[in-house]
Amino acid sequence: MTAKTHLELTGVDIDFPTPSGPFKALSNVNLKIERGEFVSLIGHSGCGKSTVLNIVAGLYQATKGGILLDGKEVNEPGPERAVVFQNHSLLPWLTAYENVELAVKQVFKNSKSKAEMKEWIEHNLQLVHMDHAMHKRPDEISGGMKQRVGIARALAMEPTVMLMDEPFGALDALTRAHLQDSLMEIQADLNNTVIMITHDVDEAVLLSDRIVMMTNGPAATVGEILEVNLERPRHRLELADDAQYNHYRAAVLSFLYEKQRQPGEEVKVSALSEKKTESDKQAQNLQDTEQSSAEQNSEEAA
Amino acid sequence: MSSMALKLLKPFGLTDKLNLAALIKALVVPMTGILIFLFIWNIGARNIHTSLGEFPGPAQVYEQSKNLLAEHNRERQKEAAFYQRQDDRNAKKLAKNPDAEIKVRAYTGKATFIDQIGTSLVTVLAGFFAASLIAIPAGIVIGLNKTLYSAFNPVIQLFKPVSPLAWLPLVTMVVSALYVSDDPMFAKSFVTSLITVSLCCLWPTLLNTAVGVSSISADLNNVSKVLRLSWLTHVIKIVIPSAIPMIFTGLRLSLGIAWMVLIAAEMLAQNPGLGKFVWDEFQNGSSNSLGRIMVAVIVIGLIGFMLDRIMLMLQKKVSWDKTQELR
Repeated sequence: MTAKTHLELTGVDIDFPTPSGPFKALSNVNLKIERGEFVSLIGHSGCGKSTVLNIVAGLYQATKGGILLDGKEVNEPGPERAVVFQNHSLLPWLTAYENVELAVKQVFKNSKSKAEMKEWIEHNLQLVHMDHAMHKRPDEISGGMKQRVGIARALAMEPTVMLMDEPFGALDALTRAHLQDSLMEIQADLNNTVIMITHDVDEAVLLSDRIVMMTNGPAATVGEILEVNLERPRHRLELADDAQYNHYRAAVLSFLYEKQRQPGEEVKVSALSEKKTESDKQAQNLQDTEQSSAEQNSEEAA
Repeated sequence: MSSMALKLLKPFGLTDKLNLAALIKALVVPMTGILIFLFIWNIGARNIHTSLGEFPGPAQVYEQSKNLLAEHNRERQKEAAFYQRQDDRNAKKLAKNPDAEIKVRAYTGKATFIDQIGTSLVTVLAGFFAASLIAIPAGIVIGLNKTLYSAFNPVIQLFKPVSPLAWLPLVTMVVSALYVSDDPMFAKSFVTSLITVSLCCLWPTLLNTAVGVSSISADLNNVSKVLRLSWLTHVIKIVIPSAIPMIFTGLRLSLGIAWMVLIAAEMLAQNPGLGKFVWDEFQNGSSNSLGRIMVAVIVIGLIGFMLDRIMLMLQKKVSWDKTQELR
């Protein structure tokens, strides 16, 4: 790891214009990320997690403050900060192969020959275990497979930072678990820097080196940062009974429920940190409340 | 159903028991509808008396369509005979004197019903292509740029509802003023019809393309931004494919309008084509005229229907979303 910070967000503010004046979605967000680190952003819906990601991606411009990637300022989107979108965002008229090809042709048009590109596309589809269906169009494959192709497309750009916006949010629990395992394998292999938004406390603890917990909006900012010092490779079954792992989960839950309870929301938090089984239910509840409050906080998506 | 009929239907995959219901749905029900229509038409026609005699019923129309076909064949024979005579004459001249000047004249017989159909089809397709060639690129540019859209939208809305008949005198005058050539590649009447058709059928394609282009999902736009696609690649790889369904909706509306406009324009401007045929028959005023016009009405309808089916087939071929139901 170099002494210089790999990715740095300094004093990031963002205002969105609304008919009733500017809406301050983020206020003074500061974050430093090292090369190869896996960082999760967690927080209640509408707290501006996606906005942070979009600013790093260059799709939004910070009103104040800025972002440095390897010492260079970020102010437009680019393939070195590949994004995996929540709803896969594959082009529906192209096959899995062609979707990845579009990205590869764009990034490597001057540095790879045709044969090399083909090999590289196939290699990336193999990484996500999609080589058997690479000539199928998105409407012919399942949601989990689409998301795999989306990840392959991002990986194929050889990004310095991979940005994942709730990549597994729309998937069923089993598929999600499979993809999380795949992602951990790939991350161990390639050692990419990853920023991932998630709603899922287990996912955050399982995958991350650090969990960034955000306060509620408006004017959201970084609340707490939790270092997850669990040994890799991590296995979900072994960790289920691991005291350390459950301690981390409890810490995230207590932040979300006790310190950043959504206004007007009544949640029983008494037995939270003592009982594991209780926190299991809480995790489920969290996801439910997340979804129900997603709509009322849609300003930031606009 | 008899085994004979089953054998006949085999190539259409209609022999299965399951498909019997589908067969009834696909053939019997529409046929019944047509028969009912013919019956009502027949009764109605007998009760309408005009100065040119009874309104033509299905029988007269059938009779006249045979006549029109026969006239066409006679005209073709005359034409062939004319060229034969001319060739013979020239051959004789050349036999006498190899340096003799020979004249080749085109046959100038009157255009038959079938010829008029051909003229109309060529004109409508030319006008439609010209309009599409302008409307699709313009629609893409306007759809991608909100400022341009706001700037041009009032103009488009203003011209969209204008009838072809209003344009026609202007177009005729402009064409006669500007399209001056000793040896014109196209007849003036053709150019006039073409421009009138184009002016009227431009708008649905333009608007639908613009709407299709501007309603591309934000996620796909973000993909394009992250990949830093150039403007042209963005248009070719993302904008056009996602706007294809809307573009085709526009094209089909446009072709329908083009066909309707053309008949009206030909009628009013006396440009060759089906419209002129109808007008000529009306002026002719023989006892057969109404029947012949009715043949034209049905042919116009059939051609319009066929043009739409062809566009639909094209759309199905081009469309990436094979699950989408097109009708």
